[in-house]
Amino acid sequence: MAKTAKIEVKEQGLIATMQGFCKTLLEKGGIDALLVAQHLPMKNVVMPTLVTDPTKLNGVDPLAPVFPINAAKVVSKLTRKPLAGKVAAVLRPCEIRAFIELVKLKQGSTEDVLLVGIDCLGAYSNVHYPRFAGQNGTEATLRFYQNIRAGKGTACQDFDLSPACKACEHPIPENADLLIGLVGVDINDQVLVQANSPAGEALLGAMGLMGTKEPPEGRKKAIATLVAERAAYRDQMYVETSEATADLEKLTAYLANCVNCYNCRVACPVCYCKECVFVTDVFDHEPSQYLRWAKRKGILKMPTDTVFYHITRLAHMSTACIGCGQCSNACPNNIPVMEIFRTIASYTQKAFDYEAGRSLEEEPPLSVFREKEFSELTGGKD
Amino acid sequence: MAEFEPTIIAFVCNWCTYTAADLAGTSRLSYPPNVRLIRMMCTGMVDPKYVIKALLEGADAVLISGCHPGDCHYINGNYKARRRVKLLKEILPRFGFDQSRLKLTWIGASEGVDFAATIRKTVDEVKALGPNQTRGKMVI
Ligand code: SF4
Ligand code: SF4
Ligand code: FES
Repeated sequence: MAKTAKIEVKEQGLIATMQGFCKTLLEKGGIDALLVAQHLPMKNVVMPTLVTDPTKLNGVDPLAPVFPINAAKVVSKLTRKPLAGKVAAVLRPCEIRAFIELVKLKQGSTEDVLLVGIDCLGAYSNVHYPRFAGQNGTEATLRFYQNIRAGKGTACQDFDLSPACKACEHPIPENADLLIGLVGVDINDQVLVQANSPAGEALLGAMGLMGTKEPPEGRKKAIATLVAERAAYRDQMYVETSEATADLEKLTAYLANCVNCYNCRVACPVCYCKECVFVTDVFDHEPSQYLRWAKRKGILKMPTDTVFYHITRLAHMSTACIGCGQCSNACPNNIPVMEIFRTIASYTQKAFDYEAGRSLEEEPPLSVFREKEFSELTGGKD
Repeated sequence: MAEFEPTIIAFVCNWCTYTAADLAGTSRLSYPPNVRLIRMMCTGMVDPKYVIKALLEGADAVLISGCHPGDCHYINGNYKARRRVKLLKEILPRFGFDQSRLKLTWIGASEGVDFAATIRKTVDEVKALGPNQTRGKMVI
């Protein structure tokens, strides 16, 4: 049922092609606004922008290899109540997957939003991206894709894509109404546009992109190769992280630099609590309490409850972790947060036969409870 | 060296296991004094944080005990507890906590004998496991 079309790239180049696509989408797509990443005019920083005026798309560059935040949080802001309008959101696969989780947690809705997903070849961290891109944002984006196209890979100077992206086995958007395909496509010639839902098909029609072309031959194979590469990196990461955190002594060494700033959970798109318990008065201890704690073992590391915080966060949201890596991206102390969250998530999601971001229909594991299940926990006793 | 005496924190439901513990007491059934009972209105109130904190603070095991499936006074609190235990048993062992340091049982109000036996069995098992890795150690 997927309707597929292509957009010619040719001499105008990839960036202008994407900008043209966004402009047509906003003008003809029957939408009130477009949410899309742009280079901001005052500085080469890429941020999601909500655009209603087609002339305000000059910095648009959803292909820039950076995402300072996971935009699922922004889409949630736009859709947690009726929007009184329609918006199309151009997102990375992990942003769509995080949004799916938020919708299931009633913190967003697909009602007023069309999801446009782009094949994702990965992103640099917020620290590395400016080093990669310098002042000229769009030129840097082109360089990124031409390097990949020429087989030169993604590494640059002494850095590379973020570990989250290297370990991401979901480079192709799932649950998008419209998909922009780059993998296995000669991006100097064309990009692929594919409608994956009736709404997506209608959008294609409205944009005058009614092709029924099949995706290019090599696409399937190129995707399989990319996914296999990423899965191999991910599995190695699981092994190394498990080893590095195998007992409490190792775990505390792993987290020793943590300053309890909680940036990781602020950046996490699926840390869904409106108010994190770790900043409520539950943790406003009496001063004398610290003294009592210190006396128990003769020493108390302050601020306290660092390991407690991380394990609690794992209990709260690892079943929803979509592996975007924004936690690591936000950490001022270079703690590999994503690594530990994804590693544990691989166990917790499997335990409930759940995959975060996979489908709107699957219920979040901690929101459903059945009379007969897991009887092995109570020694078979019902 | 004196035998290792474990500390076991037990979160027990007011309507069933706590009553069973009472019954065990009034029936003069003996069980080891290693458990600290914390009465909850329902096992559905046992926040995973309580379990994590207890084990990080040096408890050697945590026991959660509530009403049998179908008997929870709040309909599904015990099912919630069971999923949370399932979840914690996936997380805690990755950091070196033996999965049997967290136990879930159903003990009805009339099952005083079962309560005493469960405590005896748990204490024996935890003694065999040895002390929790957090005992006496600074946890950051
Ligand atoms: S825990 Fe980290 S990797 Fe997982 S969803 Fe949150 S920010 Fe992304
Ligand atoms: S962002 Fe880093 S330092 Fe801050 S709480 Fe998270 S792990 Fe700790
Ligand atoms: S009332 Fe006993 S477990 Fe819910």
